[in-house]
Amino acid sequence: MAAGDVLTVESLSVDFRTAAGRLHALRDVSLSVPRGEIVGIVGESGCGKSTLINAVIGLLAANAEVVAGKIPFNGVDLLAMRPDEFRRLRGDRITAIFQDPMTALNPVFSIGTQMTEIQYRSGLSARAKRNRAVEFLDKVKIPDPERRLRQYPHQFSGGMRQRICIAMALLAEPDLLIADEPTTALDATLEVQVIRLLKNLQREVGCSILFISHHLGVIAELCDRVAIMYAGEVAERGTVRDIFHDARHPYSQKLLQCDPGRIAVATRNLPTIPGELPNLVHVPQGCIFRPRCPERFERCVERPEPHPLSRDHLAACHKAEELAPA
Amino acid sequence: MSVPLSEATAPAASAGPGRGARLLRLLSDPMGALGILLVLAVVFGAIFADVLTQYSPTKLAPRDRFLPPDAAHLLGTDQLGRDLFTRVLHGARIALGVALVAASASFAGGLILGMIAGYGPRWLDSLLLLLFDALRSFPTVMLALALVTLAGPSLSAVVLVVVLATLPGYARVVRAQTMSLKGAEFVLAARALGAPARRILPVHIMPNIIGPLLILASMDIPVVITIEAGMSFLGLGVRPPTPSWGSILNDGFSFIRESPWPAIAGGLPIVIATLGFTFLGETLRDQFDPRLRKDA
Amino acid sequence: MNALLEVEDVRIRFPVGSRLNAAITGAPASIEVVVGVSFSIQPGETYALVGESGSGKTSLARGIVGLVPTHAGSISFEGRPISRLSEKALLPIRREIGMIFQDPTGSLSPRQSVRSILAEPFRVHRQGGDLDAHVARLLDDVGLPSSFASRYPHQLSGGQARRVGMARALALRPKLLIADEPTAGLDVSVQGEMLNLLNELQARLGLTILIITHNLNVVRHVADRVAVMYLGRIVEEGPTADVFASPCHRYTAALLSANPVPNPDARRVPLDIEGDMPSLFNRPPGCEFHPRCRFALEQCAAMFPAPASLTAGHQFACHNPGCGRWYLEPLRSRCARRS
Repeated sequence: MAAGDVLTVESLSVDFRTAAGRLHALRDVSLSVPRGEIVGIVGESGCGKSTLINAVIGLLAANAEVVAGKIPFNGVDLLAMRPDEFRRLRGDRITAIFQDPMTALNPVFSIGTQMTEIQYRSGLSARAKRNRAVEFLDKVKIPDPERRLRQYPHQFSGGMRQRICIAMALLAEPDLLIADEPTTALDATLEVQVIRLLKNLQREVGCSILFISHHLGVIAELCDRVAIMYAGEVAERGTVRDIFHDARHPYSQKLLQCDPGRIAVATRNLPTIPGELPNLVHVPQGCIFRPRCPERFERCVERPEPHPLSRDHLAACHKAEELAPA
Repeated sequence: MSVPLSEATAPAASAGPGRGARLLRLLSDPMGALGILLVLAVVFGAIFADVLTQYSPTKLAPRDRFLPPDAAHLLGTDQLGRDLFTRVLHGARIALGVALVAASASFAGGLILGMIAGYGPRWLDSLLLLLFDALRSFPTVMLALALVTLAGPSLSAVVLVVVLATLPGYARVVRAQTMSLKGAEFVLAARALGAPARRILPVHIMPNIIGPLLILASMDIPVVITIEAGMSFLGLGVRPPTPSWGSILNDGFSFIRESPWPAIAGGLPIVIATLGFTFLGETLRDQFDPRLRKDA
Repeated sequence: MNALLEVEDVRIRFPVGSRLNAAITGAPASIEVVVGVSFSIQPGETYALVGESGSGKTSLARGIVGLVPTHAGSISFEGRPISRLSEKALLPIRREIGMIFQDPTGSLSPRQSVRSILAEPFRVHRQGGDLDAHVARLLDDVGLPSSFASRYPHQLSGGQARRVGMARALALRPKLLIADEPTAGLDVSVQGEMLNLLNELQARLGLTILIITHNLNVVRHVADRVAVMYLGRIVEEGPTADVFASPCHRYTAALLSANPVPNPDARRVPLDIEGDMPSLFNRPPGCEFHPRCRFALEQCAAMFPAPASLTAGHQFACHNPGCGRWYLEPLRSRCARRS
């Protein structure tokens, strides 16, 4: 873990106890979020990105079990903390925004009440809290903020609600903001507004952002670093340019190939990734992507370690060195 | 087919526990187990009333009146010397009979009317709502009195009162569920295929609302039993000498100075049956509601 | 060639609150979600309706199949008028138009087995024959093994449920298939499969497809023609390649620009529009996009623009269009890297 990291995930493994057996949702996941940077986690359904986020925030389900690993936040392991210590961090040093803006806000309290309530730790006067609320509503481009403080969530559109959630998350000026697919439920034009907003506010507040999405375009535009996850493991991670211009893991390469936005010539025959997601209760031997990998060879029956390609760029593939992107 | 398939062989998402597993889960909950036990006791007693006792529930034996419980008379005898245990077991038949018949009629009627109200045009809905509310605003006792005055006390009067009193409750729940399902995508999909309302209601809507409704019905059975007992207690239900828990209780009440046992014999089965069905119903409801389950 | 589907000046509105309330308070009794939409689809082509939430595209699709009433305008299928027909008269038409719904599992009845779901169209239309054989054939069409017939919707993944929905829509071999957001919620690696399947089925069964989506990437690859909707109206329509290369209406350009390219070095032309979609209760006067448009002129607030054409098939309604001049940059830089 580099000194400049606000959050590191070190070899995290999480299992779920289910009726069908132990589901190994995360296996030996490592990544780091440097101070002041935006790190994106990309993956498709079943890759474990939500589990990872829940582990960081401390919202894992009752049947989840952290089998191994540490999550140092500003040097202190979150998993080893006492619940009350962790609670003190949440909402203050670590804040979060989630996917569904419709249900993220309490429908029976006005926006103003909610925005001043969450400042309960700040020690400011009521007026000062209100002013800060107005200030942040203005930062997220909600017009006429003074008047709107008195309104209720149902009086705002989905896009506005998400922006209010962002304002609330940044009010505390946290060290780390966790954003779990915040734009997935929004239309394209709203999505770019929110992305632009996040980018500007992040520079202003100076926090780091851990941004989860399956939308490659948004990740490319917003993030400084990217980690690509597949079936509970980190397939590849690096700077955003490493990943988009120099992807080395076959899954990353295939994922990029499949994105219709990257396909320059309009075609009626789109590329896909054949095969299916592996069963995570009985995790197969060797590389998790092997059954679907076009580059597999004999050594792939042995689980690959993340192979460093440059200082920041790692790919968990035996052939990482050779596989320059097409 | 030439399109490569990536998920055809994916294992089915958990198929859900089979019936056996569900029963086991039910029994593992102490409330559920107790509920099943009590209900089974009542049902068993009702079915095998003749086999379990050798007395007649109606034959008079005045010399044996007000006997306390002993080996021959498990609950003692009443004011006319009749064995209370026998009367209670036969009374169970009436209680369960009324419960089943009335509850089923109420359930079926509520289902049909509720679905029509929820799915049909607004004017029909308003009309039916008026009907339901009118019925519900009648206190049960007044309804009973009114019906009995017209038709005389009898078992059918009891059943009718129960149906009229409980039908609006079912109908309202069914109506609400139907209305919320009306806009569901699978109903829209059926309409897009051209399915008429007379197909959509039984095929698409009913199977999806009937589960919680059955649980509601099982929790209503204690209410039905109580209504029947209450009416018999007031003399508005079954006529003597037919043994009904309510009438046993009524007689016991009158003669409580001579012996407490008739009153106990009348009240105890009501308590047992009500508790049993309530426990069972609540556990069933908890089992069916996935949000309350503690696993997964 | 005669159009397969002809939509002329169709208007759809939804009642809001009670009529009594409207009469007393003067509040609107209904809101218009589709305001005079006209277009036609030729046999064999794939036509895309593009728009964001509030554009009315889903309501329009539902209006075409008769799920919501249209209170003005006309819809014709193979020359026969189908709007405002009784349910009974509409029945034979419903055999010819199949619809795939947006929510894959939600559009399947939770208590029906896949077999029952796929047999339903035959039952509703009283088509005889061996239902099991039909079901097996349908499953094969969409690439699902026959063992899936006994599964229930909750036992299917999103992609599998979508295929079942597709199979159901195609059961009676319709001429027109309406696909409402066929790739929404699907992972990128699986989207391609779905679209390839749709493509193959179109070729094999001779389908005409109307696809409703907000995903412009998909439209580019799949549709012959595209119509862009905003607040219930079509603001631009034309062949896909033309509209993408040279968008005239400012909203179209904004939509295209709001599509972040998966390339960190791409310079996105900052056409981000401010604000949110206006409420349908308060439609802006004149051109309804003008409050959010940075190129609005005075006449934009005054009157709705008359339709204009760039080429014969490419039409738009904008007072101050910007056909093509600025937009080529992001397309060129799609895969380029800054060295």
